[in-house]
Amino acid sequence: MIIASNVTKQFGKLKALDNVSTICNKGECIALIGPNGSGKTTLIKSILGMVVPDSGFITFKDKNILHHWQYRDEIGYMPQIGRYPDNMTIGHVLNMMKDIRNKKTSLDEDLIKSFSLQGLLNKRMRTLSGGTRQKVSAALAFLFDPAVLILDEPTAGLDPVSSEILKDKIIAEKEKGKLVLITSHILSELDDLVTRIIYMQDGKLLFHKSIDDLRADTGEDKLSKAIARVMTK
Amino acid sequence: MKKIVKYVITDILRNKIVLVYTLFLLAASFSVFSLEDNSSKGLLSLLNIILIVVPLVSIIFATIYVYNSAEFIELLVSQPLKRKTIWLSLFTGLATSLSIAFFIGAGIPVLIYQANMVGLTMILTGVLLSIIFVAIAMLATVKTRDKAKGIGAAIMLWLYFSLLFDGFVLFLLFQFADYPMEKPMIAVSAFNPIDLSRILILLQLDVSAMMGYTGAVFKDFFGTYIGIAFSFSALFLWIALPVWYATRKFNTKDL
Repeated sequence: MIIASNVTKQFGKLKALDNVSTICNKGECIALIGPNGSGKTTLIKSILGMVVPDSGFITFKDKNILHHWQYRDEIGYMPQIGRYPDNMTIGHVLNMMKDIRNKKTSLDEDLIKSFSLQGLLNKRMRTLSGGTRQKVSAALAFLFDPAVLILDEPTAGLDPVSSEILKDKIIAEKEKGKLVLITSHILSELDDLVTRIIYMQDGKLLFHKSIDDLRADTGEDKLSKAIARVMTK
Repeated sequence: MKKIVKYVITDILRNKIVLVYTLFLLAASFSVFSLEDNSSKGLLSLLNIILIVVPLVSIIFATIYVYNSAEFIELLVSQPLKRKTIWLSLFTGLATSLSIAFFIGAGIPVLIYQANMVGLTMILTGVLLSIIFVAIAMLATVKTRDKAKGIGAAIMLWLYFSLLFDGFVLFLLFQFADYPMEKPMIAVSAFNPIDLSRILILLQLDVSAMMGYTGAVFKDFFGTYIGIAFSFSALFLWIALPVWYATRKFNTKDL
């Protein structure tokens, strides 16, 4: 569904992405793992068209995303740090998004309900705590029932209960045959979620394996141990 | 595009600064017109206020607004929207609200006291100046990532257009005093939208007789239809070029 070929991006002297190529198919739940500053968020932003690669290209459903924008209709994106206009309320933001996407089919408001955001609709975005912001971001990402979900550190800042709710939701969406891309540092969480692992370091994509292969290769059952073994190697 | 423009305008209206700006212009225009017994003298005083205040408010407000909308822009870019649409909607929203503010604040008093060609030219140039300086502000914001640097650049640009450029023109005139500089001056004036507006309006007033030989040459050129067409096309270019270049830059900007 998403194919990246030789994507390179440089910020000044720093090579954020160095010749990254990968293929993501639907029905998979892919974890993007790597140390801080390894280029995970840059890769995600390139897929979304927020960062324009210096060379290489990315295709979405066999169409180059450069100069295309309609493809984002099929993506739900939850940013690492959700930043919203300060003086808009949650209700305003939700309504604006619905207005912009203008989707005819039914909306998926599960997360709005399970995070009980309805009671907070009149709260201004600047007054929200980091966790509530994350909830709004998550609700927005799932709201339009997109075919691809891109979640950048989805559970960072969420309390355990909400984090469980979100995980269940991710699993449910994966079962429906959607492509889910997750970055996270909390590897123990990913154990029961992901089917494939992309490991990045210093802007390079080191490997892209299914989780079973990784377990077989390292001889570890737990993802956290397996990755630790890869990192120390 | 219409939807985003609508959101931008409601956001600007909620911000109240534009409202204060409108009230300030209203107060200034009414007091100027009621102070002078001759309304065309009032228009002249108002002209000087407008040529300073309109560019300043437009460029500073637009620059700060675009920087403060960074989150809004980021949110929209990840949605199925063209970048061009987002950027042009932002421009349209800012230009519309500042033009309307100018029209209510200065346009209506002018129409009440001086509803003739001079008044109409002044309203039109005021609206164009508002749009031009929004366009220049958009260019300044897209070129610099840093907010303080961007706002600084906007202030420097305003200083350049309202003060430094005139100094530069005077310098040129003194240096080349022995040569006939009147015709080249017409070309030089096209490089500053504020000067261009000032000339356009002054030539419609009788005071142009006091501008000496250069004034006569100006009148000869700017008084004709070709001259008026030239100056308005120059003003439109001052909108189109910055907007076009800023949109191009924004299309490949990393967010």
